[in-house]
Amino acid sequence: MWFLEDLPLNARISLGSTTVGEADILRFGRDYDPQPFHLDHAAADASHFGGLVASGWHTGAMFMRAFVDYTHRLAEEMRSRGEVPARLGPSPGLSDIRWPKGVYAGDTLAFATTPSSKRPLASRPGWGLVIFDNLALNQHGTTVMTFRAGIFVERRS
Amino acid sequence: VTTPRAFEDFEAGVDYDLGRRVVPAAEIAAFATEFDPQPMHLDPEAAQASPLGGLAASGWHTTALMQRMLVDGLLAGTTSMGGAGYEHVTWHAPLRPETTLSGTATILDKRISRSRPTMGLMRTRIVLKDAATGTMILEAIAMLICGVREPG
Repeated sequence: MWFLEDLPLNARISLGSTTVGEADILRFGRDYDPQPFHLDHAAADASHFGGLVASGWHTGAMFMRAFVDYTHRLAEEMRSRGEVPARLGPSPGLSDIRWPKGVYAGDTLAFATTPSSKRPLASRPGWGLVIFDNLALNQHGTTVMTFRAGIFVERRS
Repeated sequence: VTTPRAFEDFEAGVDYDLGRRVVPAAEIAAFATEFDPQPMHLDPEAAQASPLGGLAASGWHTTALMQRMLVDGLLAGTTSMGGAGYEHVTWHAPLRPETTLSGTATILDKRISRSRPTMGLMRTRIVLKDAATGTMILEAIAMLICGVREPG
């Protein structure tokens, strides 16, 4: 990742895409969200979703994987230019999480993030807080998840 | 045939116990490997040097565990239609390997959707704690959707 001082604001970053497998939906549902519309075809077809859908937290976890993979690619690019990438810290939290449409088996999700604000943290020397506005779209261009995340990012000084 | 619990059966202001759940080290590593492969979740030395101060679960793992405890403790066998979203999720303290989580859900307010009168909306606060120490791990406010038994 860029150091806090260098991190560009308000430019949307494409994080790549992933196709959501039915087996993955069923496994995540069984482990973490065992509701009928995440577990069972017949029950899901009869539900208001009209088919098997991914847990909303599964969509969030898939977003995170795309975000982490992007930061690894960025770090490699920086190292290849002789630069030192900044470390990412943990997140203090998320806000304004919405799942406006279901994610169905076979959907291809495209993920994007936009850093919208940043500030140094008096309480954590060497670290700052960046707010990322995040988005997941399906193959029809329909928004399936939006949320904001705060993430600690290392400072240069 | 038992009738599933519906929107009408949930009470605002009551603390619903979500039970307990142990979080094994192997599960933390497996979740992080699949969804959040950052060194602070997988490598003890990197974790020690990070603001987490030691190995801890991915925040997304913690939210997934919250969802599991919410389903097992509150939503199973009801007319749950999923969640519309969350106002916020706050991670107060790192979730360490082998912690036993305890959970509580409190419905803050409930109303029937104006646009879709078969749906009830329940604004719900969820808290997960370390059962051994009482330390708050996560606090969240969800908008849960539950089917109405007798739509007016």
